[in-house]
Amino acid sequence: MNETRKVIAIEVLRYRPELDEKPFFQTYQVPFTEEMSVLQGLLYIKDELDGTLSFRWSCRMAICGSCGAMIDGVPKLGCHTFLRDYYPNKLRVEPLAHFPIERDLVVGADDFIGKLERIKPYIVPKEPRTLAEGEYLQTPAQLERILQFSSCINCMLCYAACPQYGLDPAFIGPGVLALLHRYNADSRDSARAERMELVNAEEGVWSCTAVGYCSEVCPKGVDPANAVNQNKTTSAVDYFVHLVRPKGAGR
Amino acid sequence: MHVFKSDVAIVGAGGAGLRAAIAVAEADPSLTVALISKVYPMRSHTVAAEGGAAGVVQAHDSLQHHFDDTVSGGDWLCEQDAVDYFVAHCTEEMVQLEHWGCPWSRKDDGHVDIRAFGGMKIERTWFAADKTGFHMLHTLFQTSIKYPSIKRFDEYFCCDLIVEDGRCQGALAIGIGTGEFTLIQAKAVIIATGGAGRVFRQNTNGGIVTGDGMALAYRHGVPLRDMEFVQYHPTCLPGSGLLITEACRGEGGIMVNKDGRRYLQDYGLGPADPWPRKKAMELGPRDRLCQAFWHEEQNGRTIATAQGEAVHLDLRHLGKKKLHQRLPQICEMAEAFLGVDPVDAPIPVRPAVHYTMGGIQVDIKTASPLPGLYAAGECSSIGIHGANRLGSNSLAELCVFGKVAGSEAARFATSTTAGNSTTIERQADAARQRAMKLVNRSKGSERISVLRNEMALSMERGCGIYRNGTDMQATCEKIDELKLRYRNVEVGDKSSVWNTEWLLAIELGYLLDVAQAIAYSALNRKESRGAHQRLDGFDQRDDANYLKHSLAQYADAGPPRIDYGRVAITRSQPGTRAYGAAGEQAERDRKHGEAIDE
Repeated sequence: MNETRKVIAIEVLRYRPELDEKPFFQTYQVPFTEEMSVLQGLLYIKDELDGTLSFRWSCRMAICGSCGAMIDGVPKLGCHTFLRDYYPNKLRVEPLAHFPIERDLVVGADDFIGKLERIKPYIVPKEPRTLAEGEYLQTPAQLERILQFSSCINCMLCYAACPQYGLDPAFIGPGVLALLHRYNADSRDSARAERMELVNAEEGVWSCTAVGYCSEVCPKGVDPANAVNQNKTTSAVDYFVHLVRPKGAGR
Repeated sequence: MHVFKSDVAIVGAGGAGLRAAIAVAEADPSLTVALISKVYPMRSHTVAAEGGAAGVVQAHDSLQHHFDDTVSGGDWLCEQDAVDYFVAHCTEEMVQLEHWGCPWSRKDDGHVDIRAFGGMKIERTWFAADKTGFHMLHTLFQTSIKYPSIKRFDEYFCCDLIVEDGRCQGALAIGIGTGEFTLIQAKAVIIATGGAGRVFRQNTNGGIVTGDGMALAYRHGVPLRDMEFVQYHPTCLPGSGLLITEACRGEGGIMVNKDGRRYLQDYGLGPADPWPRKKAMELGPRDRLCQAFWHEEQNGRTIATAQGEAVHLDLRHLGKKKLHQRLPQICEMAEAFLGVDPVDAPIPVRPAVHYTMGGIQVDIKTASPLPGLYAAGECSSIGIHGANRLGSNSLAELCVFGKVAGSEAARFATSTTAGNSTTIERQADAARQRAMKLVNRSKGSERISVLRNEMALSMERGCGIYRNGTDMQATCEKIDELKLRYRNVEVGDKSSVWNTEWLLAIELGYLLDVAQAIAYSALNRKESRGAHQRLDGFDQRDDANYLKHSLAQYADAGPPRIDYGRVAITRSQPGTRAYGAAGEQAERDRKHGEAIDE
């Protein structure tokens, strides 16, 4: 193995509300190896250089969604981004944009979780079934319609990427709209109408200005922009249906 | 101090905790559930499970087969009554998840698909591509939102249990975002905090898997059972230990050494062909596969990589289409972490610590010996895994026994009254002061990371795939020493908001207690069984002396006391554990024997 270990400078945004009037950058010199992720760099800082640096992390394999941060200005998962790709330049790590900073790299996730809770993120069955009746049948094609959108790990990178969410925090936002679409598109579900009220509302899909950056930064290929777009179409159809068929009219 | 009064408090909101919370809510919506988790529920480590969850569905399969696979897989250290309950309830729980929206992979006819798994005689592993734990966890979390009686305490770190009047009556938690303490009073408490893989160095576990609930119950006098049985998973990335699912082999992947030989045939798992074949070769149980790796490494037949020795997991013959459809996450991980595309090249893998078979001792109803305290999931030892867990039994366990824990805790809470608030609050205040001592005292002399690394290295040395008395003794002494040094651990961060250094110090305390229970339980078991393999003259299973559970009892100062408890054997007498051709022969003999008996 290489005896001369490379050292990379990691510039981290620090903010401890009890101590610091405003955020500032602190630079750490981190020795690294080829396979080391940005998260491992932060863990090195925490263990060896500065125990007071706070950040969220857990699985190390891009599935728990904890370690999102702005890495050189781009929303990324720390565990899935590698120091070698930044060397010999320094690297800047900041908390996810558009969220309030609680401390250092930790942002408040309450808004995201609150939105997730609002969209009825569960199956409201079309035809209730007992367990003894077994599973609902769902063809691979029907599954395919929801699989991509059900792959969201709630890492919130798409919110940090979304200019509209930055301007108007009332916007439901890409990740939660993708999940909403996931349930609406599920062959077992019947709550589409209730969810569409949220989709059609001002903070629903029409807030989206179709930048598409959300899909670009998604680490799981969920493509929330596609979900939002599909719902714009459905929302528009709903609108016209509403015009031609007043509420209360039969099918 | 804030006080929240609940009926049932649940510590941990992974698969088992969420399933338990839903079970309480469904049993009685008037009961208030406090669901406490140090991370948002969907970050819990259930999320990282990949391969699948067991549940008998095929006509030629049976509960008896699932029972037999599990009990022999566990080297007969299983609680057979618990296994019976388990196999009988897996499938309905899998169907329940399906009703709740879990995107199980499907067959063309719309029915749920299943795949083969190690040590399982017949395909019965339900899966959602290779992200089964992820999908189960998100399904459970999102479904839990439906129930208004579940009050979540997200990012609340449990630092003690409240035991008053001889029963568990709540938990004390630190709001991570504020540093403030909340006493969560409860009539019943369920622990569902998962395993303790971070006790070891190379492991598949997330940073949060620090044995919190095990240590808390243990400190309050509840025995930790069978802790010496620590599962190594045979296919993990060298260095990081990240998990490469057993489903790779379930789908037909093979493992070869540096000479390109499918070396498992040299360890009683062959013959190599025809392949794929159940309960043979790469679809043998995890303990046997890890032991085979160890021998290959000793004999210089492994492959050197920058992160240590490895063997090759070869998936190339499965073809791009199948790999992308069935194992998309594995493809993604191999690419990101190794720069390897499994379509074109084999993946270097090696064993890493994956799962704790043992845990908080509970009975078949998930009740611990401490009244009012229940446990479910990896933190618990209900006894279904014995000395070696079969892949896909743990995700099923979360659901089956998470539900039981919820129903039982609800029943207990309904039949009891809340305790005396004054004495409970006094207790909570004492616990708060103990937790605060770590930050309040002046400078300590021991660094958290140094103690943690020394522990992990020593555990790997003494309690690895093969063990011997000398090394285990050294590990026991090392952990004793680290526990003493821990008294001077340094927490430089004195702030309240998101003081993760403080939490790391508390977690280190949990890890050390669990490590001590593992090491002493291992040292005292003078036989080889399942994942506990000794090379120092105790290399055989010894049913006469050790067909019993280890029970580690916490001691305030000094090492734990190791007691033993009997194993519930109902209808499967200990037999020879054989796989491959030997296993097939043993089965023929058994059938022949039964035919003669009749």
